[in-house]
Amino acid sequence: MSFAPIKSVTSRTVVLEQENIDTDQIIPARFLTTTSQSGLGQSAFYDWRFEEDGTPKGVDLFNSDQRADYRILVAGQNFGCGSSREHAPWALKGFGFDAVISSDIADIFTSNSLKNQFLPVVIDAPSHAYLLDNPGIELTIDLENQIVTTPNGGFQASFKVEPFARQCLLQGVDTLGHLMNQMDDIKAFEAQRGDAA
Amino acid sequence: MASETLFEKIWAKRLVTEETDASPGVLYIDLHLIHEVTSPQAFAVLKKRGLKVRRTDRTFGTLDHSTPTLPPDKNGALPFATKDAETQVKTLIANCEEHGIELAGLGDPRRGIVHVIGPELGLTQPGKTIVCGDSHTSTHGAFGAIAFGIGTTEVGHVLATQCVLQRKPKTMRVMFDGPLQPGVSAKDLALAMVAAVGADGGQGYSVEFAGEAVRGLSMEGRMTLCNMSIEAGARFGLVAPDDKTINWVKDRPYAPKGAAWDKAVAEWETLYTDDDATFDKEVRVDATKIQPMITFGVSPDAALPAEALTPAPKNEVEQHAADYMKFEAGRPFADMAVNKVFIGSCTNSRLSDLREAAEIFRGRHVYDGVVALVVPGSEAVRKAAEAEGLHDVFTNAGAQWREPGCSMCIAMNGDKGEPGDLVVSTSNRNFIGRQGQGVRTVLASPATAAASAIAGHIADPRKFMLEKAS
Ligand code: SF4
Repeated sequence: MSFAPIKSVTSRTVVLEQENIDTDQIIPARFLTTTSQSGLGQSAFYDWRFEEDGTPKGVDLFNSDQRADYRILVAGQNFGCGSSREHAPWALKGFGFDAVISSDIADIFTSNSLKNQFLPVVIDAPSHAYLLDNPGIELTIDLENQIVTTPNGGFQASFKVEPFARQCLLQGVDTLGHLMNQMDDIKAFEAQRGDAA
Repeated sequence: MASETLFEKIWAKRLVTEETDASPGVLYIDLHLIHEVTSPQAFAVLKKRGLKVRRTDRTFGTLDHSTPTLPPDKNGALPFATKDAETQVKTLIANCEEHGIELAGLGDPRRGIVHVIGPELGLTQPGKTIVCGDSHTSTHGAFGAIAFGIGTTEVGHVLATQCVLQRKPKTMRVMFDGPLQPGVSAKDLALAMVAAVGADGGQGYSVEFAGEAVRGLSMEGRMTLCNMSIEAGARFGLVAPDDKTINWVKDRPYAPKGAAWDKAVAEWETLYTDDDATFDKEVRVDATKIQPMITFGVSPDAALPAEALTPAPKNEVEQHAADYMKFEAGRPFADMAVNKVFIGSCTNSRLSDLREAAEIFRGRHVYDGVVALVVPGSEAVRKAAEAEGLHDVFTNAGAQWREPGCSMCIAMNGDKGEPGDLVVSTSNRNFIGRQGQGVRTVLASPATAAASAIAGHIADPRKFMLEKAS
């Protein structure tokens, strides 16, 4: 199965400087009683956006009508920690984000994001600090060259994405196909253990 | 032969294809546990592609997250929190039927929280690779297994191929020197571990827990410890199997029998870290210094002894947490009044946990106005607890005795706190809103939770234990 290849993302940033933004913040558990992966955008950061009675909290970035121009999230260290819910990247994508930049991003969240064309970008601490201090600037995340830059090149930071996931994104192919192609090896492994299916 | 860690020994045996620079390894999965929350979208992908579940014999399902913990009404209808919750449960039932997957469904005596029933049924065994769409899958590592949480896309991968694409993590050992003091539990050890490693210190690592205090833990205690590996950022946490492990697995429904058992035990006995094997990172903790612990922040690594004073925030993050929790610097934790107490979750809902709590509740009463919920981890735990009369101990003390499930650990099924509540909880996450919007969560052991329910404020359980003894 395939999707549109992703070579880069260019957009303005939204900054959430809190550290340890866990997946319960990204999408509270009470929205997980779904059997679908669409429609989760409206639940993204729900408790940050709405009061307990459902009235909007009026946080600028979230309720701005210019949301479409702000598709890169810059977040504090250890973003995406906690539960393994893939609903987190689904909700972020659904809300209109294409990437998150931090100095440290949780393992399972990273793995889930890469499978959903949502870019987890880890950069060095000083560059991260600069982005935290400059909300709203325009950035290009160049996946091909693994570099984040401002339009005038005044800011540059490199990052690394797991090479296989990166190739999949650049070519627009998903990982299940790759695994299915190894079925002969998988069967041979089972046979060798005396455990053929 | 090169020296290997426990993790590396298991890993090497389950690799179908080695990783290269260009692509991750293909890791064979011995056991895939599924539940209603993280599986429906994976089944949908299978359907879309016309794929079947490859190894139904290596797949086992349960219902735990969205199920009510209140009994059915007089018409036999379960009080689901929402229509969606009910649909989600029905979807897993239908998917398991369609694909021929064994399911511990509603009314099944095997049903319970996924990380409680895997070991209980003997599905969890040393040396296995175990995955589940759930980050607390590390719990099963207590048996010396490679057990880790995966996302829903990967649940689909395992259903379709029985494999995941995975790069080998780095290795870490956390060594606990000396024994635990009396009155200190596995949960206290786990919280001390998270505090020592840090909320993201284990990122990218598989962690082996070792040392005298870990050897001294029961299997239940080791599960509590491995359960919280992910709270230190590590997807994998494991303990080398020993006689306790083997005795625990023996004769369970899915444990090997006869000659297969002897063969399995012979293999399990090779599962340990070689003396001269090295880890990428080592952490040492003096277990003799660990006291009953609680968390005071909104990240599980903000843990200190229950008898300590609230520390002053050192930075913005800690200030933010302190503002939310409303803990005042310099005041004893014991000053904090408690509204609710939750004893349950895959961290602490096994029989030994309930016994620990019951010892404190016995002959005492929950403080006026405090709501205390005791939720067994599985039907089997419930049955065993009731056989011992623990349910009477709880209800006589004014606590509620519920049906098995995840309940207030994740507050998906309608069991939750109200805005502003201070909940002392034996679960594993104190994240903002985890137990309900605006709820403040304090993580603690079953004994500490019970003691806090009785005192009406955060309390060190040891004084209740002493009272009893004198
Ligand atoms: S008890 Fe809590 S942590 Fe454990 S599986 Fe259920 S929701 Fe997850």
